[in-house]
Amino acid sequence: MTILVVAEHENAALAPATLNTVAAAAKIGGDVHVLVAGQNVAGIAEAAAKIAGVAKVLVADNAAYAHALPENVAPLIQELASGYTHVLAPATTNGKNILPRVAALLDVDQISEIIAVESADTFKRPIYAGNAIATVQSSAAVKVITVRTTGFDAVAAEGGSAAVESVAAAHDAGKSSFVGEELAKSDRPELTAAKIVVSGGRGMGNGDNFKHLYTLADKLGAAVGASRAAVDAGFVPNDMQVGQTGKIVAPQLYIAVGISGAIQHLAGMKDSKVIVAINKDEEAPIFQVADYGLVADLFEAVPELEKLV
Amino acid sequence: MKVLVAVKRVVDYNVKVRVKADNSGVDLANVKMSMNPFCEIAVEEAVRLKEKGVATEIVAVAVGPTAAQEQLRTALALGADRAILVETGEELNSLAVAKALKAIVDKEQPQLVILGKQAIDSDNNQTGQMLAALTGYAQGTFASKVEVAGDKLNVTREIDGGLQTVALALPAIVTTDLRLNEPRYASLPNIMKAKKKPLETVTPDALGVSTASTTKTIKVEAPAARSAGVKVKSVAELVEKLKNEAKVI
Repeated sequence: MTILVVAEHENAALAPATLNTVAAAAKIGGDVHVLVAGQNVAGIAEAAAKIAGVAKVLVADNAAYAHALPENVAPLIQELASGYTHVLAPATTNGKNILPRVAALLDVDQISEIIAVESADTFKRPIYAGNAIATVQSSAAVKVITVRTTGFDAVAAEGGSAAVESVAAAHDAGKSSFVGEELAKSDRPELTAAKIVVSGGRGMGNGDNFKHLYTLADKLGAAVGASRAAVDAGFVPNDMQVGQTGKIVAPQLYIAVGISGAIQHLAGMKDSKVIVAINKDEEAPIFQVADYGLVADLFEAVPELEKLV
Repeated sequence: MKVLVAVKRVVDYNVKVRVKADNSGVDLANVKMSMNPFCEIAVEEAVRLKEKGVATEIVAVAVGPTAAQEQLRTALALGADRAILVETGEELNSLAVAKALKAIVDKEQPQLVILGKQAIDSDNNQTGQMLAALTGYAQGTFASKVEVAGDKLNVTREIDGGLQTVALALPAIVTTDLRLNEPRYASLPNIMKAKKKPLETVTPDALGVSTASTTKTIKVEAPAARSAGVKVKSVAELVEKLKNEAKVI
């Protein structure tokens, strides 16, 4: 068995999600190859070659692959896929955007967001917003899978010495082009990789009040998340949303502040090791999953918490 | 332009589903079913495009059981002009649904196909991308803004780090994110009118579509339950427990 892992990268750096995906590949067993597709990605390929357990790195360096447009990248992966038993990508927005397109080109079903590997053809994945876990078996010649990164511990970023090979294939469908992007800037750790996450919901009242969470987060070295209610109310940008339709996090400590705990939010954080809920409504569903619950006004509790930690 | 909108009948988003005792699936008997929330957003976007004079006709399509007619009637009440049900008793995987939609696209030749980004039951997030692959069209997934600019479509997408805008050649496939729009409610007169709008039924066989799948579900289980936690009385007690009991800070 040989497994192709599609590397996730941005701003000329390899994304940590790649390490979790290599970990999932290692659980399946066999040689692990990593594909780095993009423009000016020599540095990323070098970083990928150092990942522990990677046997080979394929580099497709071409202007057509910049910004990971699926119309161009999917045919590239389709072309490479014939040599592999599995094609894996992290279930990031890029992975979710590209892999189903690859699967359809290969005429196979795709398996989304696996959280466990049972065997080379059998996997577990959550359905119904994480309220059920399905075990699925694939008979596809090439198994095309996205990996929920919080389901697998990252492999070491150093220690490997894979050969780097370049791929000449250039696919430019000419159907789409990149216009621009607006990235949220933050000095805090990335939400999906943070050890501690502090999240705010509708109870924050407005966007300004999120500053209480930012100061608490800075003291804890935490990332700041939000519920959909807080995003829709315009308190914070959408890339901070935790939940079924936002990001999936599983930190050591998740502090939910002013969040009721709707099914859709729980889907994104209920695998956290320790959950703390601060809410003034003691009937809020969040208390049913919280290890430690504090029924209090968040505007008093959060500043006090910040002082004490 | 003609716009095709795909809608799915799913368990209502507020329902807490239960796994069947024999682990064959989740229990959907006597459970409230609705249109998938992302599909509602897709219908709303199509209707807005029509109100702006961009779209001329909206065709709603569902692939599913006979009862999915209800969701198509809802789409018609919201402003779709006609509906097509690809009727099947089986629970189809995303690829089979994409193939059925491809057959409808071939027949209807829409300039734009709008789907939800994912169904809240299977949580696959695949069908739109697969349909784009099968048709060879460009895809604008997780859209939070859609603008038609001449023969191009500018789509602002929600990505992990923020927002990205891409320009797509038409015809194109768009999948909706929650922030694309706020769906309207169907008014009673429109619900009555929707009953008279045309709803055509076809089968995958008649479309020449294979529903074979390379994936089968072996079992469905309830997730591990979290044990009930404790309520603390003060912030000081909370900090003490996090430091000494849970040892996470």
